[in-house]
Amino acid sequence: MAKVIDGIVYMDNNATTMVAPEVVDAMLPYLRDLYGNPSSMHTFGGLIGQDVLEARVKIANLIGATPEEIIFTSCGTESDSTAILSALRTFPEKRHIVTTRVEHPAVKSLCENLETLTGHKYRVTRLKVDAEGMIDLAEYEDALREDTAVVSVMWANNETGNIYPIKKMAAMARERGILFHTDAVQAVGKIPFDLKTLDIDFLSFSGHKLHGPKGIGGLYIKRGTRFVPFLTGGHQEHGRRGGTENVASIIGLGKACELAAERMDEENIRIKYLRDKLEEGLLSAVPKSRLNGHKTDRLPNTSNISFEYVEGEAILLHMNQHKICASSGSACTSGSLEPSHVLRAMGVPFTAAHGSIRFSLSSYNCEEEIDYIIEKMPPIIELLREMSPFWKGN
Amino acid sequence: MWEYTDKVQQHFLNPQNVGEVENASGAGEVGSLSCGDALKLTFKADSNDIIVEAKFKTFGCASAIASSSVLTEMMIGISVDTASKITNEDIADALGGLPKEKMHCSVMGREALEAAIADYRGLKLPMAEGEIVCECFGVTDLEIIRAVNESNLRSVEEITNFTKAGGGCGKCEDALREILRKAVGKKAEIVSLDPLPKRMTALQKIKKIEEVLEREVRPGLKKDGGDIELIDVDGDFVTVSLRGACISCKKSQTTIKEYVEKKLRELVLDSLIVEEEN
Ligand SMILES: Cc1ncc(COP(=O)(O)O)c(C=O)c1O
Repeated sequence: MAKVIDGIVYMDNNATTMVAPEVVDAMLPYLRDLYGNPSSMHTFGGLIGQDVLEARVKIANLIGATPEEIIFTSCGTESDSTAILSALRTFPEKRHIVTTRVEHPAVKSLCENLETLTGHKYRVTRLKVDAEGMIDLAEYEDALREDTAVVSVMWANNETGNIYPIKKMAAMARERGILFHTDAVQAVGKIPFDLKTLDIDFLSFSGHKLHGPKGIGGLYIKRGTRFVPFLTGGHQEHGRRGGTENVASIIGLGKACELAAERMDEENIRIKYLRDKLEEGLLSAVPKSRLNGHKTDRLPNTSNISFEYVEGEAILLHMNQHKICASSGSACTSGSLEPSHVLRAMGVPFTAAHGSIRFSLSSYNCEEEIDYIIEKMPPIIELLREMSPFWKGN
Repeated sequence: MWEYTDKVQQHFLNPQNVGEVENASGAGEVGSLSCGDALKLTFKADSNDIIVEAKFKTFGCASAIASSSVLTEMMIGISVDTASKITNEDIADALGGLPKEKMHCSVMGREALEAAIADYRGLKLPMAEGEIVCECFGVTDLEIIRAVNESNLRSVEEITNFTKAGGGCGKCEDALREILRKAVGKKAEIVSLDPLPKRMTALQKIKKIEEVLEREVRPGLKKDGGDIELIDVDGDFVTVSLRGACISCKKSQTTIKEYVEKKLRELVLDSLIVEEEN
């Protein structure tokens, strides 16, 4: 069995987050005594339905939606598939999808499958990004066609934290009668949302990225947007998603959204301060290091830094020795030592792409941890560089 | 997370013999920055051909660093001749094993060793010969054949794990399968670790192929005064016949492979093999 490691410095919150203790407390009764089915006629189950509704309200409040506009799913990935497939079924005669080259695999793979598994019945336009990972709106406009059924562009990128101009993009799609989906899994809970003012038809989010439990996600479906269910079955979610509700996780997600709403303003300032301190500290302490992503249009918690001439996995393993948890944008698996599709799309040179490390913070991080990382990282990079045949000194 | 043995961790965290031997008797360099790993191995031998010093510089993951480190330990104190017999399996064994996806790290060690010994003996590198099969990682057919034979590889995936060939763009996958087929001999012995082809009934397949030929291929050929006809589909083998201007075209074989086959693989099934009727 896995074990608790004391004293870890957890900077991998874009991978997953700690379940907030308040969330655990809120969930426990539903794992123990309150096991009823919210669809049941009897009071025992029926009252649980009330609690599920309350959770829905909390989630809606966080993103500026109404409770009826939210359905629960099993994860962010399911939400993404549900939204895109619904849009395609809404416009069966339209065969074109617009997305970007930097989407999470949840959207990326779906689009690839829609091309290959249908014998290219669907065509996908993947918008390019520049060296800072940003999209060109003129290219986007050109990509919108008569037969475009849906646009799917992430709100914020999981690797770089880059935030895309969704408001404008959604409005441009709406003008042309194209449905708009955004994967906001990395953004919900981290930055404020007010969906009622936006032309977004579908928005995906996921519990475990905002201190809620894993295996629960949600999809916002704008009132008036036609919807074709992905999972059909019982009449749960008003027939929009079959399957008995994951009650405890829904309650947990509700609590997590409530906490996120309460903490948003204050935490954003604090987390951004910590992130900036970490970023500046590392970039100035380590020569030949660079930021991947946009300097300002970015989530307040994410920093993706490349350390040139060293390899990501080796860095991570050394960090692991110091109990620092982060991610690398370059996975050395089997023969392919390919940097991530995001870094490749940005054209990050090989010298840097292999040595990219993503730090992603949360409200559970503190300044001592930042100081600790700034102290531990430079010697790790130095050690590996001394070993590297490409490193010729500063 | 990778499951590394204690020995790998030990060599990764406290690598032995890092650096470059001054006035080295032999030096070997393999890999490149774009590949994601690279190793420079240098050693010094005494007048009796005994290796007295060996050092490495490695860019790469934990397995690459550990493989290099343990290799230098294995080399020191033995004769160049004995060292030349160290295989990648020996390196992996000395580390208590490597995850199978990381076996190429031990192969890199062996290749650097070979290069260094060849340099010492003033010989041309045996591996410099042969044809490059995987352009992404610069792997030759001879290297692949040797890996297949020495490590008993039985699938393209295994070849990629051991040599990295095919791990980049994947364009050479067919070439790898062909090499594997030849090296192993009987086709039947190859266990397929490659993903199972998508299921499609024979009829569906034929219809799909016809559709793609009609929609994607024929218009292009017709522009040049040619045409194509589907003759037969037998399993993955698609027999076609080129017509019109294509018949006399010297490039017809290229047309079939580069254009027709590519299209059919892309749009129907990636295991299809297109042949011209004769
Ligand atoms: C941008 C983005 N989309 C989708 C997902 C998938 O979410 P889930 O793990 O809930 O399926 C993730 C999580 O890694 C993500 O970062």
